[in-house]
Amino acid sequence: MKILVTIKRVPDPDTRIRVKPDGSGIVTDGIKHSANPFDAIAVEEALRIRERGVDCEIVVASVGAEDCVEQLRVGLAMGADRGIWIQSDGDLDSLAVAQVLAALCEREKPSLILMGKQAIDDDSNQAGQMLAGLLSLPQATFVSKLELTDANSRARCGRETDSGIETIVVKLPAVITTDLRLNEPRYVSLPGIMKAKKKPVENLKASEVAPLAKSRTHLVSMEAPPKRKAGVRVASVDALIEKLRNEAKIL
Amino acid sequence: MARILVLAEHERGQLKLATLAALGFAAKLVEIAGGGEIHALVIGHQVEAVANGLRRHGATSVILADDSTLSEPLADRWASAVVDAARSCQADCVAGAASTLTKDILPRAAALLDAGMISDVVDVRRDDRGLLFKRVLHAGNALATVRLDGPLRVITVRAAAFSAPSAQSAESPIVPLQLAKQPSVGDTQFVAREQRISGRPDATEARIVVSGGRALKNAEDFERLVGGLADALGGAVGSSRALVDSGITPNSLQIGQTGKVVAPDLYIAVGISGAIQHMAGMKDTKVIVAINKDPEAPIFEVADYGLVADVYQAIPEWLGKIEKR
Ligand SMILES: Cc1cc2nc3c(=O)[nH]c(=O)nc-3n(C[C@H](O)[C@H](O)[C@H](O)COP(=O)(O)OP(=O)(O)OC[C@H]3O[C@@H](n4cnc5c(N)ncnc54)[C@H](O)[C@@H]3O)c2cc1C
Repeated sequence: MKILVTIKRVPDPDTRIRVKPDGSGIVTDGIKHSANPFDAIAVEEALRIRERGVDCEIVVASVGAEDCVEQLRVGLAMGADRGIWIQSDGDLDSLAVAQVLAALCEREKPSLILMGKQAIDDDSNQAGQMLAGLLSLPQATFVSKLELTDANSRARCGRETDSGIETIVVKLPAVITTDLRLNEPRYVSLPGIMKAKKKPVENLKASEVAPLAKSRTHLVSMEAPPKRKAGVRVASVDALIEKLRNEAKIL
Repeated sequence: MARILVLAEHERGQLKLATLAALGFAAKLVEIAGGGEIHALVIGHQVEAVANGLRRHGATSVILADDSTLSEPLADRWASAVVDAARSCQADCVAGAASTLTKDILPRAAALLDAGMISDVVDVRRDDRGLLFKRVLHAGNALATVRLDGPLRVITVRAAAFSAPSAQSAESPIVPLQLAKQPSVGDTQFVAREQRISGRPDATEARIVVSGGRALKNAEDFERLVGGLADALGGAVGSSRALVDSGITPNSLQIGQTGKVVAPDLYIAVGISGAIQHMAGMKDTKVIVAINKDPEAPIFEVADYGLVADVYQAIPEWLGKIEKR
């Protein structure tokens, strides 16, 4: 089977995010970027499916500017077989990305599409569900447990919902989005990095893959959130209770 | 004129309070547009009671999609019901309060409706070129003002950012929805839902949230200290990702960028360091209390009241004082 895994290049979760003084976006110069953590989990899950004995080809794809190839190489170093970089100039919103990926899926015809549940830059949590909608495929989002069943024709998924874990079975092909507890991605090894250099990365253009894909959302401005003003330290539990009762009037 | 469809959320026959905030957002859109209609959409099976409960909130109608195939919120079936409802009321906006349910269903519906979408909206206003939405991103480190083109928009809102519309005496009519096509039920099947273990309120609906972090060494300690304090104060419990990862708390308790976002009157962080991903889920709380033995813990930078203490001493002491009263 073919598994398509999507990877987005995002600021590393441990970097401090600052908004540019002119409000045009966040400061990206000189900050470390990584593969979106949920996407790394998606790559890891694809590798584990293969390691459980399912014969599969693992394709990693990214939509973005040229620097996203760096994150595709991470996926390849982890063990994916080939990469597809879909070049786009300017930020595409979730629906446009889903449209581009839908066109790619028409060509690649994967049996399983693994994506992160959200990108930690936009925090939109939309692209996977939109892709599933565009392709009329079943979806399982926020998945923390994944098991292929019925001769790899279905996936049994544990989903993390606000009210607890929900288990559903989806027929493949399907779109599955990963939650944090699905697995812990492996570290990239040196031999893995060397091998990744020789793996093919195809370069396509978003405007050619999906000529009609277009962002509907437009950033007007960005600002830093209001800062909470510093509070006070209290010396004891008694002092804390007193403050909550008489100052905050909350207890 | 604005025409807004609001997807209601319910669990075991109970309307989720966040739905009222989504109705409040819709009311704001109508106000901005100088008039319009709000339609509430209830999807499920045998959920007339939920629909009835929504009739006194000023909606033009309560659309009821009641079908045995819709008894569980499976995205493909529910999204197609949302699409049918949006078409039936000619909505120019489909909205819901941000939750795992709406995040599962509304983006899919947006794609089917060929509509753009904005998640986690906290404010809306208009300028001479149209509507401007404010949303949170980058784990709460940035607020973006965004425009959204198209005849139809899909929006999720942060419940804490909008207040419920005032109750009305006039009752909205309930309008049954004609489903355009029966969804193919074989593609996605519901198997089971893990039952929530406690009778405590949900952290997103409580006035007080007591939340535990890695300081808690096991589930018994969490229950005794964090659960105990929450019960004594009549609040809900929450936790950091660290405890969920180590299996001490269920995922439904996780507060943060990738968990629930809460904004209660009081949030008590018990042995939580204050990683940005955690703070993204509780920074809009009115009063934050932090109890942590590390005086340098980042949580103290956002706490209104910080107590440097061992939680294994401070919480039992606090509980003792509540019992004595
Ligand atoms: C992509 C991504 C998404 C994430 N999403 C989330 C999310 O949604 N929610 C979330 O919470 N985290 C999230 N995280 C994880 C986050 O970065 C932190 O690792 C996590 O919040 C830490 O949890 P903690 O504060 O309980 O643990 P720690 O950071 O280990 O802090 C424990 C604290 O307890 C204190 N302590 C220990 N013992 C005691 C004691 N006896 N008495 C008093 N204090 C004590 C310590 O001083 C310390 O400050 C995410 C991370 C990533 C990369």
